Amino acid sequence: MAGILSKERLCYCAAFAQFAMKIVRQDIEKLCSLARLALEENEQSQVRNDLERIIAMIDAIGSVATDDIEPLAHPLDATARLRADEVTEYVDRDTLQQSAPATRNGLYLVPRVID
Amino acid sequence: MNSAATLAELAAGLAARDFSSVELTRFYLERIERLDATINSFITLTPARALEQAAQADQHRQSGNVAALSGLPIAFKDIFCTAGVRTSCGSRMLENFIAPYDATVVERLQQAGMVMLGKTNMDEFAMGSSCETSYFGAARNPWDQERVPGGSSGGSAAAIAAGFTPAALGTDTGGSIRQPAALCGISGLKPTYGRVSRFGMVAFASSLDQGGPMARTVDDLRLLFGAMAGFDPKDSTSVPTAQATGTEPSSDAPRSLTIGLPREYFAGLADPELAGLYQDARRALEQLGHRFIDVSLPHTDVAVPTYYVIASAEASTNLSRYDGVRYGHRCADPKDLTDLYERSRSEGFGSEVKRRILTGTYALSIGYFDAYYLKAQRVRRAIRDDFLRVFATVDALLTPTTPTTAFPLGQISDPVEMYQQDVFTVPASLAGIPALALPCGFKAGLPVSIQLMGPHFSDLQLLEVGSAYQTRTDWHRRVAPMPE
Repeated sequence: MAGILSKERLCYCAAFAQFAMKIVRQDIEKLCSLARLALEENEQSQVRNDLERIIAMIDAIGSVATDDIEPLAHPLDATARLRADEVTEYVDRDTLQQSAPATRNGLYLVPRVID
Repeated sequence: MNSAATLAELAAGLAARDFSSVELTRFYLERIERLDATINSFITLTPARALEQAAQADQHRQSGNVAALSGLPIAFKDIFCTAGVRTSCGSRMLENFIAPYDATVVERLQQAGMVMLGKTNMDEFAMGSSCETSYFGAARNPWDQERVPGGSSGGSAAAIAAGFTPAALGTDTGGSIRQPAALCGISGLKPTYGRVSRFGMVAFASSLDQGGPMARTVDDLRLLFGAMAGFDPKDSTSVPTAQATGTEPSSDAPRSLTIGLPREYFAGLADPELAGLYQDARRALEQLGHRFIDVSLPHTDVAVPTYYVIASAEASTNLSRYDGVRYGHRCADPKDLTDLYERSRSEGFGSEVKRRILTGTYALSIGYFDAYYLKAQRVRRAIRDDFLRVFATVDALLTPTTPTTAFPLGQISDPVEMYQQDVFTVPASLAGIPALALPCGFKAGLPVSIQLMGPHFSDLQLLEVGSAYQTRTDWHRRVAPMPE
């Protein structure tokens, strides 16, 4: 990290490192819930420590002045190609469901959602 | 038969009837079975399918119907869907997943008559730079088996360097073709974004992912690229062929190019031995008539943080499809739907994948979206515009491919330190430009590599320069110390 970042950016990161750390400590459970991940007790502190360091690293982007720059979503600035609204694909349900963990009568089985 | 032979040499051998495709395929399968236990470059071998395809290629040859790649073996990174053959993506999540269709590039290479030997090892969901995050165990570097082959296409690179296959496909999101090619002493191309179909390639970060060829020589990359590139209606980001003709080499006479040396890529270079090897590469290219000038890409130092925001954000979205319902790992006895999602995902994903999902979730969550995701997209444009600006005056750029040679297994346990492996490769990924990794020497017995980058759609021009470079050097013909 230190080898590649310029001095100004290192100062910027140092100033924000503590800020980032606080965010992660408060929000780690919220993040896991949003991402539908359940961490084991023994994973918690390692993950939190890693995330703090990763967030401190990515905070370096804040040092770039971007007021006049539009976001780039696609490297060639392209937008999604359109095609004629015609049916070209047919779903072969039996084949697609061969990799499903649990099905019955062509339906995916999940735990009861409504009591 | 020579396990270090190139595709071009093997094609000549098939044409001269020195051996059949079945004999060739048996040779590689036997070698893999004997020697891959330590290298661990394959997750799945497909000997029955390979021999069947080889027999077909031999039959076609008998009837005088022969394409350039017909009967030649290849291995696919286990991220490319292969109908009827498991596609695991190096993850427990897809340990038992059998795709109902072939990826477009798999289909194209098989239609060209190529023989699939199997599916190669990789970092889980292509997230890693060492091949150590694979659920199926780390792959090892044939040049020194105590070292990593690089990643994420580490199995493909190791398999070629070990003489298990003459060619393989990899995918490159932030360096996953170029870095393992560099660490294993082979050649690898990350094509221009949109030039090679992503259909049937398990998605990691869709605005960055690009499949490409890996082989010993650039001439072999050119053969493969010719067969796999081109418009695919099944990939919404595939570039129509008419638009994909950029700076193509127009005549047989090699042009004299102006090649830029971006000072940011050499600024931190403290190792005189590596510096000497890069100098040698420059000199070889000068002898071919190319001219060098110093240039600057001022946003290079924020490419890694920008990449890790964008790639993680896209990954967290793409990997939300693994829910334990339609395919992939499902936990035992879920007590409700949330439990099903959470436990299936937590059991199915390894720790690096979870880190990326959480980083991406963070960057996309309310209150942080503008400061991280949108900000990173703005910086991404600044990085791309750096390249567009220098390509107004230079035809290509020459840089190191990686900051170091292959490092020992287990040496880098800090994720942020591992991410720095990508420092020279992520800029081209963010900009969507093509980049070629080429062997340029050895340091303490380990391969060193240079990277050539060019403007969008200059893939063929890069391959031409690389091919000429390999007529002046023989680093790509060095053979890793494997038992015969």
